[in-house]
Amino acid sequence: MTSQGDEATPRSVQLSVDGTVVTATEGDSLLAVCRGLGVEVPTLCYGDTLTARNACRICVVELDGNRTLVPACSRPAEEGQVVHTDSARVRTSRKVVLELLGSSVDLSLTKGVEAWNERYEADPSRFGPSAAPAGIGERDRRVTGEHHHADPLTAATVAQPAKIDNPLYVRDYSKCILCFKCVDACGEQWQNTFAISAAGRGFDARIATEFDVALTDSACVYCGNCIAVCPTGALMSTAEFDLRGAGNWAPERQHETTTVCSYCGVGCNLTVHVQDNEIVNISSPSDHDVTHGNLCIKGRFGYVNVQPPRRRVKD
Amino acid sequence: MDLHFTAKDPTTAERDAVDDVLGAPLDRTAVDRAATGQYLRAERGGAAVRRQRHLLLPALLALVDRVGWISPEGLDYIGLRLGVAPAEVYGVASFYALLALEPRLTRSVVHVCVDLACRMAGGVDEQRHRYEDSDTLVVDSACLGQCDRAPAAMVTEPGAPARHRVDAREATVIAQCGEASLTLLRRVDVIAPTDLDAYRAHGGYVALRRALDIGPAAVRAEVDAAGLVGRGGAAFPTGRKWAAVAAAPGQPHHLVCNADESEPGTFKDRVILEGDPFAVIEAMTIAAYATGCEHGWIYLRGEYPLARARLEEAMARARRGGLLGPNVMGRGFAFDVEVFRGAGAYICGEETAIFNSIEGYRGEPRTKPPFPVEVGLFGRPTLVNNVETLINVLPIVADGAAEYRRLGTVGSPGPKLFCLSGSVRSPGVYEVPFGTTLGGLIERAGGLTEGRTLQAVLIGGAAGSFVGPEQLDLPLTFEATRAAGTTVGSGVVMVIDDQADLVDLVTRIAAFFRDESCGQCVPCRVGTVRQEEAILRLSVGKRQRHERAHDLEILHDVGQTMRDASICGLGQTAWNAIESALTRFKLFPEDAP
Ligand SMILES: Cc1cc2nc3c(=O)[nH]c(=O)nc-3n(C[C@H](O)[C@H](O)[C@H](O)COP(=O)(O)O)c2cc1C
Ligand code: SF4
Ligand code: SF4
Ligand code: SF4
Ligand code: FES
Ligand code: FES
Repeated sequence: MTSQGDEATPRSVQLSVDGTVVTATEGDSLLAVCRGLGVEVPTLCYGDTLTARNACRICVVELDGNRTLVPACSRPAEEGQVVHTDSARVRTSRKVVLELLGSSVDLSLTKGVEAWNERYEADPSRFGPSAAPAGIGERDRRVTGEHHHADPLTAATVAQPAKIDNPLYVRDYSKCILCFKCVDACGEQWQNTFAISAAGRGFDARIATEFDVALTDSACVYCGNCIAVCPTGALMSTAEFDLRGAGNWAPERQHETTTVCSYCGVGCNLTVHVQDNEIVNISSPSDHDVTHGNLCIKGRFGYVNVQPPRRRVKD
Repeated sequence: MDLHFTAKDPTTAERDAVDDVLGAPLDRTAVDRAATGQYLRAERGGAAVRRQRHLLLPALLALVDRVGWISPEGLDYIGLRLGVAPAEVYGVASFYALLALEPRLTRSVVHVCVDLACRMAGGVDEQRHRYEDSDTLVVDSACLGQCDRAPAAMVTEPGAPARHRVDAREATVIAQCGEASLTLLRRVDVIAPTDLDAYRAHGGYVALRRALDIGPAAVRAEVDAAGLVGRGGAAFPTGRKWAAVAAAPGQPHHLVCNADESEPGTFKDRVILEGDPFAVIEAMTIAAYATGCEHGWIYLRGEYPLARARLEEAMARARRGGLLGPNVMGRGFAFDVEVFRGAGAYICGEETAIFNSIEGYRGEPRTKPPFPVEVGLFGRPTLVNNVETLINVLPIVADGAAEYRRLGTVGSPGPKLFCLSGSVRSPGVYEVPFGTTLGGLIERAGGLTEGRTLQAVLIGGAAGSFVGPEQLDLPLTFEATRAAGTTVGSGVVMVIDDQADLVDLVTRIAAFFRDESCGQCVPCRVGTVRQEEAILRLSVGKRQRHERAHDLEILHDVGQTMRDASICGLGQTAWNAIESALTRFKLFPEDAP
């Protein structure tokens, strides 16, 4: 149980991280404390603009007196805690989480994974060759409670064709680690549109519209705020998706210009990503106090008015 | 919020089913697109409508009860009525095994149990065939909580009203029926379950009267002094929990009676709920009184139709008798109870998953801390107790802690219900004092089935562990089982004889966890899959030695990570029973040829 501190004036507390005694503000996350100390803690589902969801468990640390490991991203700092960020148990859990994700999800665009795999000696291939990808909509039709018979000689994955159903962005759920960030951004934490939700259960859980209808039949307003928080590239603008598909995505040839959106008077910062004199993405800085990284369809995708899309939706 | 609905209007039957739960819509034109000819983009009613979100799951169940499945139109109608986006309604509906999102147009649906006790009772396949006909859809189910009557199935016929019945072997309710030594089971099968006068004549409502006489603090002190320990599986001291809820700032407090009972092999709560529903209601009233709760919820698994009917009837009679309602026993204390029906999800027995389920969200466990005693149902301090835990309060309050402690051991006081199933002559629920040995308990159930020898006992359910015949002297207490590397858990004692296939049981346990994981966290969502795959590889038998070693290493690493890094008890225990079978029974010896 957390102690009932006076909320108006947060207490400062002392705790130890890997033997270093540190003073922190009560209620700060252990992640913030570690980062303040320069202790690296990997994170995947944590986002600086969202409430921690504690789903990926890659950030676990060992806390003396706790039966299990605890997620650094959401466990608040408390007086007297003794935290270990690199114990054998921590290393094993981080290694296996990387292996479980790496063997079931396409992490090729997830930042940090390669270095973490090396650091924790993770070997995602240890579970055997990957199972064949699911067909279009197949994973969306899985029935909850019905046992999905495993082929033990291959490792089950979430591989499936990308969902391309609108001109603006693509959902490639074979890259989805189910971090829930897009759902939270689309729902009550930012956008309040609730176009998508987690659906199904267990390994069949997925992000979906109702009955897997196309985005164009859903409540989606194409704000792209889900794209902004997606850590894996599962959600991606069509412009970027097509360039990548054609082998022409070249970050080294890109530059970013931050400006102010001219559509309305709110004053959202826009970061325009340009490659070869062509706008390839628009984002907003997550630390900007007007947008917190969010935009609307006009800021995010309105650039098609100055620069017609390279290509229409593939069917 | 700007809701967006695309589907066509619901059928009359669908609309009626939902309206039965939610009441008639206030503004008919707002929910009838045929009348307005417009897409429904805005919900009306604002916060007052959205505050009813706890009716989401009941409304979904009502649709399935009436028409057999949840159509896009029916789903939209619920969303529209409650001000919840269809994607969210879909997210909730697709969480539960008893809710169908594809047309089910047969006259009946049969859920055939394919779990541990029913497998051992023989022929899951035969069971499936038994129900097959053109007008029946047969689906597999995890344990139905009828293991003493295995093999079991649940038959559902949608309609108005829907009919649900459990189809299982005929058996006596309890073998100990009427024995003078019984405390918890003393009324079961002795009185008519919903006869309030008979309940009173057999000691009912003595405890509540005493509680109201001595006051909440004294009740809590009594429960604390009795050393009551939670029976739901986590073995938490009840007195401490009650003290924390009573002291929690913020009103109202909520009470949840956990009757989800989905741990494979567990059926004790069902026997109580079906056989002595007033006891549960009385005990909840005392718990509410002692901890400042105004409202109680019984979260009842959807597979217990008889328990539901008996509870509803008993609650109505208690209300009529002034034992529930605004003025309980005329003493100025207000308390009422409602039954909340689950919809097929083992994880919804986890205490924080219950909150999400009742509130109309996906039944995913929440992160602790904060703990339920501080932030629980609807964000309020909440007391969650198991059915069996609660009914122990009756003798504690009626006769005092000292009397209660005469049974059991210092660390595990009082009587305990065990669920005996598998290869025993008289399977069923048995009430014995804590400290009874495993062998003694099996003897109590008539001993092993004729002509069989003991191979193993599964204690504590799928989240528990297998022990061997050398453990027959093990005293069944929290402390002794812990020391022996096993657990009392939910009171499962499943007896496995020499003819049962342990590999098959272990494989089923792996499948169970894969199916029942909520999918929220990586260690459990993917770990349970890798665990099942490795078990299946090992059970093929034709593996090379280094391949076995490799798979065993996978099981250990993944198991350790599920235990250490999962959010909740499901993932944390998903490796327990399998680990025990591997280490204690050398199921897949590394050095086998
Ligand atoms: C996956 C899972 C399923 C559970 N199922 C049940 C259940 O069906 N009934 C129950 O009483 N407790 C269940 N529990 C334990 C509850 O979380 C909780 O500890 C218990 O209801 C508290 O009551 P007690 O203190 O009276 O034991 C479950 C826990 C987990 C992790
Ligand atoms: S683009 Fe905006 S509205 Fe559409 S799914 Fe993403 S967050 Fe939701
Ligand atoms: S699509 Fe991206 S943001 Fe959404 S859950 Fe998957 S990985 Fe997370
Ligand atoms: S451990 Fe399993 S059931 Fe529990 S939260 Fe994680 S995925 Fe869900
Ligand atoms: S980053 Fe902490 S659980 Fe995912
Ligand atoms: S009812 Fe079939 S195993 Fe419990």
